[in-house]
Amino acid sequence: MLRNKLRAFLTMLGIIIGVGAVIAMVAIGEGSKKSIRDQLSGMGSNMITIRPSSNVTVGGGARLGSTGLQTLKVEDADAIKKQASYVTSVSPAVNANGQAINGSLNWPTTMQGVSPEYLGIRDWKLKDGISFTQADVNSAAKVCLIGQTVVENIFTNGEDPVGKIIRFNKIPIKIIGVLEEKGENTFGQDQDDIVLAPYTTVQKRMLAIPYVQTIYASAMDEQSSTLATDQVSSILRKQHRLKAADDDDFTVRTQAELINTISSTSQLLTVLLAAIASISLVVGGIGIMNIMYVSVTERTKEIGLRMSIGARGLDILLQFLIEAILISITGGLIGVALGITASKLVTAFLSWPTYITESSIVLSFLVCAVTGVFFGYYPALKASRLDPIEALRYE
Amino acid sequence: MGSEIVRALKGVSFTVEQGEFVTIMGSSGSGKTTLLNILGCLDKPTSGDYILDDVSIKKLSRNELARLRNKKIGFVFQAYNLLARTTARENVELPLLYNSSITLKERHERSMKALASVKLEDRVGHLPNQLSGGQQQRVAIARALVNEPVMILADEATGNLDSRTSYEIMSLMQELNQQQGKTIVFVTHEPDIAAFSNRTITLKDGKVIKDTKNENVRSAKDMLMSLPTNDDY
Repeated sequence: MLRNKLRAFLTMLGIIIGVGAVIAMVAIGEGSKKSIRDQLSGMGSNMITIRPSSNVTVGGGARLGSTGLQTLKVEDADAIKKQASYVTSVSPAVNANGQAINGSLNWPTTMQGVSPEYLGIRDWKLKDGISFTQADVNSAAKVCLIGQTVVENIFTNGEDPVGKIIRFNKIPIKIIGVLEEKGENTFGQDQDDIVLAPYTTVQKRMLAIPYVQTIYASAMDEQSSTLATDQVSSILRKQHRLKAADDDDFTVRTQAELINTISSTSQLLTVLLAAIASISLVVGGIGIMNIMYVSVTERTKEIGLRMSIGARGLDILLQFLIEAILISITGGLIGVALGITASKLVTAFLSWPTYITESSIVLSFLVCAVTGVFFGYYPALKASRLDPIEALRYE
Repeated sequence: MGSEIVRALKGVSFTVEQGEFVTIMGSSGSGKTTLLNILGCLDKPTSGDYILDDVSIKKLSRNELARLRNKKIGFVFQAYNLLARTTARENVELPLLYNSSITLKERHERSMKALASVKLEDRVGHLPNQLSGGQQQRVAIARALVNEPVMILADEATGNLDSRTSYEIMSLMQELNQQQGKTIVFVTHEPDIAAFSNRTITLKDGKVIKDTKNENVRSAKDMLMSLPTNDDY
């Protein structure tokens, strides 16, 4: 077999493609998983989101959506800030949609009212200018920070937006800073299409509401986010004077939960791709078996000769088995190289993220070694059981 | 159609002494091949026994038979049975591969010695298809010699060769028998080949009908000399 290079190569091809496919597929699956995880972590992996939710059914059983609920107050945010030891920063948040206008240019966007700590919670940075302060919050100052998309749409001629006064829903507001570009998030939302202002400004001047829609907080680190969540829940229950039997009138979500949910989805993708690729590995194994059978038949005379000069059944068995294993392992090695190359090419040309895991390499390599043994064993056994007399006479 | 038991050999009994050159003759169907298979430890007699070098093969397992073939018997076949795409030397070394007590160095030495004794030391790296029929058969003889067997078993070893090359092979056989004292059992149906041996056993219908000592052994070397030296075809 080793002296018949083309046949050996064609036999190997099945294994090569099988192993290569497994590695490339798993790399693609893992890559997408990893990139989602990275992006979510980029959003602040220790971020905690608190939204109101209805704990009472009103009227005919319809429950209200979170935006309609008014249960979260600025005082809740203050209480969390003061009492929760695992929470480092807290920011109330209110959103107002509207038109940002600069002279003749305008752009529909969202104004988010937050506290100065919000930038830290989201891990957002300023590209230019300064952030607003607690003093601005206290005075409901008409200052804001704008995102890159807003800059591009209402400052078309490249002028510096910092210090300019724009109008948002007819209210003049001064730009004191520009946010760094962040691109789209995992869900395809443009994170740069935003205007940040003190939450008091949005509450009082834009929406005229006393409550807040969301409270963002950040846990000390990723590990303590569960503990922080529990603290936040108990503090809010106390704040809202809920009895032990009452349901929460809020929901507390951590980014970690979201990461897990999405990771498990892409885990499914990885498993699916690997399963499909494994099929080709099995087909490759059957290819080996087929060729080994042909090889045994074709070399019956040689087997007879080897037996007549003293080869035991075991020697013949080992000879064919080693041949099969050698083919599958060589195929496996080439397959590993092919898989890695294919993953790199996918990243290079399709710019899909790929991530090659050692486990997928080790696993597919082991599988192909086992394939060699499994599919090589029966032909080898057949060869070893030949009768030397008949084998010698075989033409 | 039931299977009919064919008794290929009936009451065959003879002894081959060490250093003898025996030919076994017989027309086809006489039981030659069956006898050869038994002599070569490829097959066991259904009744009776075969004692090779003081070892009874009656109770041996498949693996023990293989071991015996490896150590005590050197086969030479009509169709040479060399491995294609394998050099002369690797072919000769083949039996040694199945003998784990032999080191790599010893293997090389012994294969060179065996090839030298068949006068092919200048063809060690050639593949079978680069050798003539006579040379291929000599490689096969070297392969039979390499394990220093107690007996060389040749099955129509000259059957595929022209008369000149046959004489060459027979001359080699005689040399091995006379100078190195090798025991040779040679199966053939050509009477003129049998004339080169010391003893001829003739089989017919599974029975030994003639077992004669050959008083007048012909020398294959002389026959070779008597042939015209340059055949101009």
